[in-house]
Amino acid sequence: MDSSEEKRTRIPFKERPDWADVKPVPQDDGPCPVVPIAYTEDFSETMDYFRAIYLANERSPRALQLTAEAIQLNPGNYTVWQFRRVVLEALGVDLHEELKFVDRIAGENTKNYQIWHHRRWLAEKLGADAVTNELEFTKKIFSQDAKNYHAWSHRQWVLQALGGWEDELAYCQQLLEDDIYNNSAWNQRYFVVTRSPLLGGLAAMRESEVNYTVQAIRASPENESPWRYLRGLHKNDTQSLVEDSQVASVILDVLTSNNSHVHALSFLLDLLCHGFEPSQELKSAVDVLTPQSCSPDLALTKRVCSILELADPMRVKYWNWRKSTVPVQSATCQNTDRLADLCARMSDL
Amino acid sequence: MESRRVTKTLEDQWMVERQVREIYDYFYSIPPNSQSVIRPWLCYWILHSITLLGESVDAGLENDAIDFLTRCQDKNGAYGGGPGQMPHLATTYAAVNSLITLGSPKALSSINREKLHAFLLRMKDPSGGFRMHDGGELDVRACYTAISVASILNIVDDELIHGVGSFILSCQTYEGGIAGEPGAEAHGGYTFCGLAAMILINEVNRLDLPRLIDWVVFRQGVEGGFQGRTNKLVDGCYSFWQGAVAFLIQRLNLVVHEQLGLSNDLGTESDDSSESELSAEEEHLEVTSSHVQEICPPQEGQENASDTTKIADTGYEFINRPIAMQPLYDSMYLQQYVLLCSQVDGGFRDKPGKGRDHYHTCYCLSGLSIAQYSWTDEADSPPLPRDVFGLYSRNLVEQIHPLFNVELDRYYEARKYFSCL
Repeated sequence: MDSSEEKRTRIPFKERPDWADVKPVPQDDGPCPVVPIAYTEDFSETMDYFRAIYLANERSPRALQLTAEAIQLNPGNYTVWQFRRVVLEALGVDLHEELKFVDRIAGENTKNYQIWHHRRWLAEKLGADAVTNELEFTKKIFSQDAKNYHAWSHRQWVLQALGGWEDELAYCQQLLEDDIYNNSAWNQRYFVVTRSPLLGGLAAMRESEVNYTVQAIRASPENESPWRYLRGLHKNDTQSLVEDSQVASVILDVLTSNNSHVHALSFLLDLLCHGFEPSQELKSAVDVLTPQSCSPDLALTKRVCSILELADPMRVKYWNWRKSTVPVQSATCQNTDRLADLCARMSDL
Repeated sequence: MESRRVTKTLEDQWMVERQVREIYDYFYSIPPNSQSVIRPWLCYWILHSITLLGESVDAGLENDAIDFLTRCQDKNGAYGGGPGQMPHLATTYAAVNSLITLGSPKALSSINREKLHAFLLRMKDPSGGFRMHDGGELDVRACYTAISVASILNIVDDELIHGVGSFILSCQTYEGGIAGEPGAEAHGGYTFCGLAAMILINEVNRLDLPRLIDWVVFRQGVEGGFQGRTNKLVDGCYSFWQGAVAFLIQRLNLVVHEQLGLSNDLGTESDDSSESELSAEEEHLEVTSSHVQEICPPQEGQENASDTTKIADTGYEFINRPIAMQPLYDSMYLQQYVLLCSQVDGGFRDKPGKGRDHYHTCYCLSGLSIAQYSWTDEADSPPLPRDVFGLYSRNLVEQIHPLFNVELDRYYEARKYFSCL
């Protein structure tokens, strides 16, 4: 039954015989309410009856029906949803039926916190039974809006609480084939790679993931998502990042191309701060990009910042601040110097 | 029948029809009923906007607003979306901020702080986070709204803040921003909530701030406005959510430098400056304690106020720190986006093509305030004309407290009022 049919056939509560014993409770808005809402009559009446049932804490089949009507009039009413959960539990209703109810409401309301929360509550109760349905449901949402935040949170919760990881990496792959710029899909990929019990964890997946990411970067060097993902892959292991030849190679390739250099330079800057020793080729590529105004004696890290100040002018203040906070030498150089210094002092003793 | 060639006349007409149809579709798509659970938000968005424009409401409207919000207050504490609705953290935040914006003793005294504190404890989850309402969702928004009201009302305690920091930390993503829940995508709204909450509970040093900074500066798009997430569209409301993140960072330079390993490793210059900055910070803490004693003369039998200020007064201590870093984003360009793209006759919107609404009006103005005051050294001095886009006398808005997003003078009044309780 669509909503216009429902409106035509709606019988006011005051005319329903099975509600005759209930005294509706009007909203206590006071004499001069601010931000008053122009409620429809249907809405006012339904909520007056809801208030009566809610205050009486009545957990009956008719209360359940009433919450359904109230929700249809305003799916954002969290008080009604919470009370509905209380009634569902008290009545021991088959929650598979409830899932169908939520599906019907969800159609127009893909960004409603209450509906998603209710779905989560239901899925938790239904357990492993619910996995396929919830994964299918979120997939359907993504076919319309591949970045729906609530849907992604829900999908992640389902995977962690109930399982279903088998096809998730492949699903991320497909979404990224559809739209390589979809940052939600990249985030999900990270989620799968780091948390799936079927994959062995980040360290085990790193090499193949770096491979994949580098390809994505080559295809779209101006795309911020894979660059951040690449950083994320080496999160607690900067040593592996600094030593990864694939990374050095893609940076060199981007810097010697006609594409946007900003992310490559930014990544190079981070690498240098972690002690990366650039090849002669890479240093030459940076030389080519260095503005004439830059002193040739300026340390490499600071030169990269200078290039970025010009290449990414909106963030000039950020690059300027990076320039003032980067180590002048790479960390390994510093350590070598300190060691040499220490040896020299010891030999004096 | 021959096919009709599309002429300029037809094109012009169709473009207008399309725009008009979009406006009507949008207007009819907002069901009035759905506003019935967000009326305290409407109060806050509207009152805060009015205040930022340097205006105030008359006594009659103020009384009506206090009366209405009091009817939204649950007998067991905190505020719901309307009279008779279950209390909810978001509407509580909105109601408290509204009353603080109204600012009179009548407004402030209408808040039942003891019961509100009890409500916050009931919303606390074993994970350390908070639920938005009884049986509700658990996320970083809930953490912020709970900590914000507790802090501004001076009802923070160890039990409330225990575990919050660990929960928020688990929500910082590989990108550097903060998500709503662990594992989700870094997002401007949640990043503001997470960062502000961490500052208020004095655990901001646990976040990876350099990573966070790198993420947020890249959220400013070519249009000048901010986007909420990587590779998504610009939206005027993020002028506040993201702009405030960048603004908060400007007072966190000590922590950031420490995380970058600067004060330890690089020569004597930074060591000296970090030492003097440290003592300046210590000075601020002392000033804070003595200030409290000034405004609240110790009563007989009352223990030394300085212990409680350390937890409860982080908001005050923060706003009194000097801004030691320039803004790392382009604040003039942000102002340009807000005023030229988000502003429409009487109000603000997400972006061109969308309609104005109270939420966007509030957050565009808040973002504008952030941007205008981002070079101001002392909390009380006005911005320079060169830092304000457009006609200074017409465009300058009032200053906010960036942790709570209430107008700064209203914040000071509220702090004075609640410190003595």
